[in-house]
Amino acid sequence: MIWQLDLVILLFVVICAIGAMMVKDLLSAAVILGAYSFCMAMLWTEMGAVDVAFTEASVGAGVSTLFFVAAIYQTTRRSKD
Amino acid sequence: MITKYEDVIVKTMTRLLIPFIQIYGLYVIAHGHESPGGGFQGGVILGASFILLAVVYGMDEVKKRLPEKLMIAFVAIGVFIYAGTGALCLLFGGNFLDYSKLPFPVAIAERRALGILSVETGVGITVMAVMVAIMLALSSKSKRTRGEFK
Repeated sequence: MIWQLDLVILLFVVICAIGAMMVKDLLSAAVILGAYSFCMAMLWTEMGAVDVAFTEASVGAGVSTLFFVAAIYQTTRRSKD
Repeated sequence: MITKYEDVIVKTMTRLLIPFIQIYGLYVIAHGHESPGGGFQGGVILGASFILLAVVYGMDEVKKRLPEKLMIAFVAIGVFIYAGTGALCLLFGGNFLDYSKLPFPVAIAERRALGILSVETGVGITVMAVMVAIMLALSSKSKRTRGEFK
């Protein structure tokens, strides 16, 4: 565990989380949330929780992003608020 | 929503990638008890291979390979394998999921490994089928958009 590396990855996670909330386009928000999940998986790996990282990478970054995209295609793409 | 996507590069790469993704999913399930991974992660990877097929070749292609009835049956079969392993342990005089009481003619440590493997297989089958079923439910038109819903 290297705390400098932790800090950098944590910064990426926070940036991705804020970006996913700020952006108006729902499809971009889904993709940024996928990037957030991937950064989170990197953080888990770096902290030694490989099993959790595996789950996060396959479910969070892979499948749930696709589910979001499939759900957005059923609605309008831009958010109203 | 999901229809056929006409692009020769994407289609060829998908056709090449899907077998390797599925082999990797099976590897993750089979080695789940001695390395990172397990039934859930392997099932998600197996489901992701079908979802990739749905994205590129359309949902009809997935339905041809994995019919909807079979998909729902797989969800039940996986839970049946999981609960059946536990019940088998009960039947031979142990607690629920007490693998050391399984009726295999091997050492107790190997019985535990085999028991965990069968449980993980059940989990993997269920998770794979559920992932594909969620994708099918999300990508098919709802009653509201077809105009049947009042």
